[in-house]
Amino acid sequence: MTATHERTPVEMGMPVRLVTLSVDGQEVSVPEGSTLLDACTAVGEDIPTLCYGDTLTPKNACRVCMVEVEGSRVLVPSCSRKVTENVVVRTDTERVRHSRRLVLELLGSSVDLSTTPHVEEWMAEYAADPGRFGPPAPEDLHRDVHEPGEHHAGDGSVAETMEQPDKVDNDLYVRDYSKCILCYKCVDACGTQWQNTFAIQVAGRGFESQISTEFNVELPESACVYCGNCIEVCPTGALSFKSEYDMRAEGTWNEDEQTQTTTLCTFCGVGCNLTLHVQDNTIVKVSSPHDHSVGHGNLCIKGRFGFQHVQNR
Amino acid sequence: MDLKFTDATAHEDERDAVDRLIGEAHSGWYGGERDATDHRMSYGGHQARSERHLVLEALHAVNDRVGWISPGALNYIGRRLSVPPADVYSVATFYALFSTAPRPKRIVHVCTDVACEALGAKGVCDTLQARLGPPGAASGWKHSPCLGVCERAPAAMAVEAGDPVVEHVIAPTTADDVVQALEVGPATLAAEASPTMAVPQAGDEGLILLRRVGRVDPESIDDYIAHDGYQALDRALEMGPQAVVQEVIASGLMGRGGAAFPTGRKWEATAGQPAQPHYLVCNADESEPGTFKDRAILEGDPFSLIEAMTIAAYATGAVRGYIYLRGEYPRSYRLLHNALHAARKRGYLGADILGTGWSFDLEIRRGAGAYICGEETAIFNSIEGYRGEPRTKPPFPVEVGLFGKPTVVNNVETLVNVLPIMELGGAAYAQIGTEQSTGPKLFCISGNLVRPGVYEVPFGSTLGEMIELAGGVPEGRTLQAILLGGAAGSFVRGDELDIH
Ligand SMILES: Cc1cc2nc3c(=O)[nH]c(=O)nc-3n(C[C@H](O)[C@H](O)[C@H](O)COP(=O)(O)O)c2cc1C
Ligand code: SF4
Ligand code: SF4
Ligand code: FES
Ligand code: FES
Repeated sequence: MTATHERTPVEMGMPVRLVTLSVDGQEVSVPEGSTLLDACTAVGEDIPTLCYGDTLTPKNACRVCMVEVEGSRVLVPSCSRKVTENVVVRTDTERVRHSRRLVLELLGSSVDLSTTPHVEEWMAEYAADPGRFGPPAPEDLHRDVHEPGEHHAGDGSVAETMEQPDKVDNDLYVRDYSKCILCYKCVDACGTQWQNTFAIQVAGRGFESQISTEFNVELPESACVYCGNCIEVCPTGALSFKSEYDMRAEGTWNEDEQTQTTTLCTFCGVGCNLTLHVQDNTIVKVSSPHDHSVGHGNLCIKGRFGFQHVQNR
Repeated sequence: MDLKFTDATAHEDERDAVDRLIGEAHSGWYGGERDATDHRMSYGGHQARSERHLVLEALHAVNDRVGWISPGALNYIGRRLSVPPADVYSVATFYALFSTAPRPKRIVHVCTDVACEALGAKGVCDTLQARLGPPGAASGWKHSPCLGVCERAPAAMAVEAGDPVVEHVIAPTTADDVVQALEVGPATLAAEASPTMAVPQAGDEGLILLRRVGRVDPESIDDYIAHDGYQALDRALEMGPQAVVQEVIASGLMGRGGAAFPTGRKWEATAGQPAQPHYLVCNADESEPGTFKDRAILEGDPFSLIEAMTIAAYATGAVRGYIYLRGEYPRSYRLLHNALHAARKRGYLGADILGTGWSFDLEIRRGAGAYICGEETAIFNSIEGYRGEPRTKPPFPVEVGLFGKPTVVNNVETLVNVLPIMELGGAAYAQIGTEQSTGPKLFCISGNLVRPGVYEVPFGSTLGEMIELAGGVPEGRTLQAILLGGAAGSFVRGDELDIH
């Protein structure tokens, strides 16, 4: 017994080479395979990101994380570009700031970012003025009708928007695509990267694109299994628990009043961790720690939504 | 795969259209009849998913047959190819030539892009609006971006779904032609003008790239061979692959698809990749407004592209080639299809080409109305049956391209330049044009000019010289502005003619 105990291997991981680069004049060494974003974070630079997900393969969709790399003709997405030896990165040049400002303005003018964390700070930091494209266009009731290539040119009096009715078609979660920046994270989480259920995809093209089920059928008719792993990764609050959605509508949602408790899911023996968000002694939503080795932020319907029995008092 | 579908089922003709493409369904797991054995056996996995790349082709098959993609047809495609329905829908709604809403069998796409706008497209549309109502599925006519027949503007493309589908380019078009196509059918319209119409220089001495256009029968491999066809391939096979790459490097040939990347370097980098297999993709998506040079070659001298691609594949070690052809080029499709068959029959394509022991084959993949698919990584996604969205670079296609393998992507015009390089030698070819930009170049000139069309000139010619070639503006009119390039081009004034 003792012998076995002594031979228990100590996990050391593979030896990693360090890569040295310069970020805003500071030299930094990070493990090979890191991204420029990792290197920037290591020196304390706060790079805005939206489509980047710590549990997903970078999609390079939002372009808010761009940095300047010496020798590169174009700006580079820091969330996906791997570090190389001696590369010189600048995160705060006028070109970078200009690019971020424009990206934020275009997103801010067309998407409801009211529940996207950090956006207000970024707008101020980059002096973005999303209002400069004009007042937002009213709600569109036909966003789920796709006629690719058919452009309905506006007259310039209003700014095009994603504004559309919320999709409330089940008791568990709501899809408010007026808040969607088309970052593809939910699609990737539902698809090959995690869930392999393939309930949702991007439909249509260009500004008419929408996250959608086939022929926009309602979720209960689709392949969705309500794992909520799409909600977990959504950076904008476009996808939210029905409980959160209802409380926001009532005006009772208050994150400052909430506590978060991470615990073990008791439904089966897999060992997923749950983080219970509790307000007024009631569970209002469930998330899952992304750094947990079992689920990496993913759950099934039971862990995600099966909490009602706890509060049947 | 254990996929979930709605209850919608396909009609007989929808199933038939798909089955003709991919064969009968042999079990309930693949969309066929469910029988007792299906309960005891399961199929799926990599084998089933390996047909994903046929999604776009299957959508074409249904759209061609019935005119739109119904929920039942979409489910059937998903089941047959093991692709989730949401995924098939995402592909179907990306391409402008497909419809996921019911629509009549006859549809006419009316071009409203630059060259057509300059030659009366607006008038055509106004008349159609008055006679048929606003554009859309209900009225049968739709606005379209450039159809690539700008020399005969204003243009339209009429489609009548059926078995077989009828596709007819009307150029120049009138509102009457569009109404006739919708009410009586596109088959009743006058035949399309000859491909030679696009090349006013056709038959001139001294042409290199366009030398055969108008002289050779584009349907006949014998005629192609009688006009020096397949001599370049013979030279290449004598030289060996490395020497072919060296000649192309020496020629200084730069890509004609837009990015002007040195072709020889691209070939060398791909040839040296250890990962196998290698692929070759010909970019024939030509969708830049005002551009129709590739079409002039595809329709006037289709065998030249096939010969050039065979040489490119030989040099880069590609086992398979794809011609990604924009969906709006029905005549190019027909001629290329014919040329492929003829070349295969004569041993110029397929197993053991000309007795060398080396094998290579080619297929055509049709785009379905998406300009972006001309981008070199979007083209991969489209061929693989996905939405034509560009991929992140790096990695670059020479390393990770089509199906994740090393791939050369070249434009049609770039590829046909390889024939004179083989015939003249790289160094002699490099004498044509300027030091930085070698070789002959095709320019497309359209708008209010006497002889719009594709012109072959050496690099270094001025704008004024080209406008003169095209006969200048018609009598009594003055040149006001010129758009250089297409959607992302810039305008110059009528007096800025010394631009190179
Ligand atoms: C939006 C976009 C559209 C493009 N469309 C085409 C096209 O229709 N045909 C083409 O040959 N190249 C097109 N290109 C350029 C290709 O990406 C690629 O550079 C080219 O096919 C490479 O071939 P070449 O080296 O022979 O020029 C396009 C590029 C972009 C960014
Ligand atoms: S809840 Fe799960 S299955 Fe449903 S759409 Fe989201 S990720 Fe896909
Ligand atoms: S719903 Fe959320 S996760 Fe999905 S694309 Fe939109 S913003 Fe991204
Ligand atoms: S966070 Fe890097 S591109 Fe979106
Ligand atoms: S065919 Fe109309 S602009 Fe080219």
